[in-house]
Amino acid sequence: MKIHEYQAKDIFRKSGVAVLRGKVAASAEEAAAAFKELGGPLAVVKAQIHAGGRGKGTIKRNPQQRGVQLVRSAEEAGKVAKNLLGQELVTIQTGPEGKTVNRVFVEEGCQIARELYLGIVLDRAVAKPVLMVSSEGGVEIEKVAAETPHLIFKEHFDPQVGLLPYQVRKLCYKLKLQGPTVASAEKFMRALCRLYVQLDCSLVEINPLVVTQSGELIALDGKLSFDDNAMFRHKDLAELRDLSEEDPAEVRASNTGLSYVKLDGNIGCLVNGAGLAMSTMDIIKLHGGEPANFLDVGGGANEQQVTEAFRIILSDPNVKGILVNIFGGIARCTTIAAAIVAASKAVGFKVPLVVRLEGTEVEEGKKILRESGVKLITADDLTDAAKKIVAAVKG
Amino acid sequence: MSILINKSTRVICQGITGKAGAFHTKGCKEYGTQMVGGVTPGKGGETVEGLPVFDTVIEAVEKTGANATMIFVPAAFTADAILEALDAGIKVICAITEGVPVLDMVRVYELVRKSDAVLIGPNCPGVITPGECKIGIMPGYIHQPGKVGIMSRSGTLTYEAVWQTSNLKLGQSTCIGLGGDPIVGTNYIDLFKRFQSDPQTEAVLMIGEIGGTAEEEAAAFVKKNVTKPVAAFIAGRTAPPGRRMGHAGAIISGGKGTAAEKVAALQDAGIEVAASPADMGQAVSRALSKPQR
Repeated sequence: MKIHEYQAKDIFRKSGVAVLRGKVAASAEEAAAAFKELGGPLAVVKAQIHAGGRGKGTIKRNPQQRGVQLVRSAEEAGKVAKNLLGQELVTIQTGPEGKTVNRVFVEEGCQIARELYLGIVLDRAVAKPVLMVSSEGGVEIEKVAAETPHLIFKEHFDPQVGLLPYQVRKLCYKLKLQGPTVASAEKFMRALCRLYVQLDCSLVEINPLVVTQSGELIALDGKLSFDDNAMFRHKDLAELRDLSEEDPAEVRASNTGLSYVKLDGNIGCLVNGAGLAMSTMDIIKLHGGEPANFLDVGGGANEQQVTEAFRIILSDPNVKGILVNIFGGIARCTTIAAAIVAASKAVGFKVPLVVRLEGTEVEEGKKILRESGVKLITADDLTDAAKKIVAAVKG
Repeated sequence: MSILINKSTRVICQGITGKAGAFHTKGCKEYGTQMVGGVTPGKGGETVEGLPVFDTVIEAVEKTGANATMIFVPAAFTADAILEALDAGIKVICAITEGVPVLDMVRVYELVRKSDAVLIGPNCPGVITPGECKIGIMPGYIHQPGKVGIMSRSGTLTYEAVWQTSNLKLGQSTCIGLGGDPIVGTNYIDLFKRFQSDPQTEAVLMIGEIGGTAEEEAAAFVKKNVTKPVAAFIAGRTAPPGRRMGHAGAIISGGKGTAAEKVAALQDAGIEVAASPADMGQAVSRALSKPQR
């Protein structure tokens, strides 16, 4: 689960991680009032969306307006907020359609001496969290990783022990941070690592992390996301979820226990198991088709889930045909076949449907389909299924 | 011979009184697995499928001589269940449960790796030695005793591969679902070592997927240490970067972990790569008929 910058900074502040003062605003008036309340000669108005690259991103209908802007008066703060709110912001991470800005964050300014990068993620290779810092802040870290990997410094830490003071000193030495900044870094970095563990984060990212002219570390940006599997022990965090940031079909799918990712093709896929679902997309493409989605109905799919899965697939207007590929394990082919029949009555298929069933109770499952009168094309194996759906869609 | 489990393996189920635990205990028993009991805290003394239920794993081990376990407890308690099995001296631990918080697994992983026990999963279908012992949720009948060792991060894709190798009359020595989570107890290299020294296994099929670097590391290991024929398939060749496809691992981030990179590494190690998921069985046949490396 992702959250907004202003929410992340609230968590940072409560955890002892230094941030600047700021106010969230949902209207131009609120943004102007926030500027006055902060009381400084300048402030920064920042669009709040679940995507990075906002500073360089532009408003779709007004490419002059960027997602982050420095302002010097309450009027200007209001004007920039007006330009951003309700508009689509396009960044390198949003795709060409952009994301709607529903809130802005008005934050005081500071005197920046240096811009650094900081991130905490799980390093799967060693099965431990890792704190990464770089002297190259404020730019795309993927670019730094690809072009100048020697400028990224890493320290793994044990979740129970946390980041140790000597590890902070090692990183400070490599970043050429000195004097009082080292003390500031120790408090800052150790608090973040603690937060990563306590809140079951999957990502903590601060880019840029700034060193002020007085030598203090401050999180100028803040990105936090959490391990969905651990949300059961963080009920309070669930309130921070912003459903408007998520694809409605994907939210609908996750509410039904399905895993759905929308893609750009025209062949809808309904498969059990993530690996088989990915492979089904692959084989469609191999035979000249384009998958419209990834959809995993999971191991114990029932009639209601399969019906909902068909509805979600068909809610995409690009879908010109559907391929069902089920290898029954726990999920029996009879259950799936009955669900296909029920779903066809409830949803009604206007596009060709190719069904490939294999595994537990396959013969009985095929019989249910044959006797149902539902119009569909059966396939014997993966290749046969892919060829048939690609041909059906091309008409 | 086989790896990890065989007909003398004695298995308990942690979470046996739950719906899934009871259902699959029955399935494994019917397959011929020596199921010897189960554990559910607070339900000691009951029976499920004619098997005794114990409050603790140590008691189950003492009374039944169990040396393997399959875990179906809810995700919030899975880490604890794994550590309890480890503490009781169980040697093969299969955690079927999905949705375990990843930081729980960081703690578990370190302890398991320091021990002589093997953890399969979590979020996996389990492990099976066809005709001898099935621990997990895979449909038993698609398997056939034989010569191919199969390992995969994905459940149903493993079934697909098993089915293809059974249809080609190659059969399987042991099949392992490693699990789809970012941290799982056992990796490809651990199993390559075991398959290499198992006389029954004549070829190995590795099913990988996009994301991470486990397949590349396995390829490097095979190049240096494995003399048996190896075939592989990588799922997710067409997955767009930055989108997670069900498995936590299956994401291409920062241009790393693409299918193309993995296929190149596998081919460089002399591994026969299946071009399509329908070609996995044939890829094993091709690997078997190639001159020995």
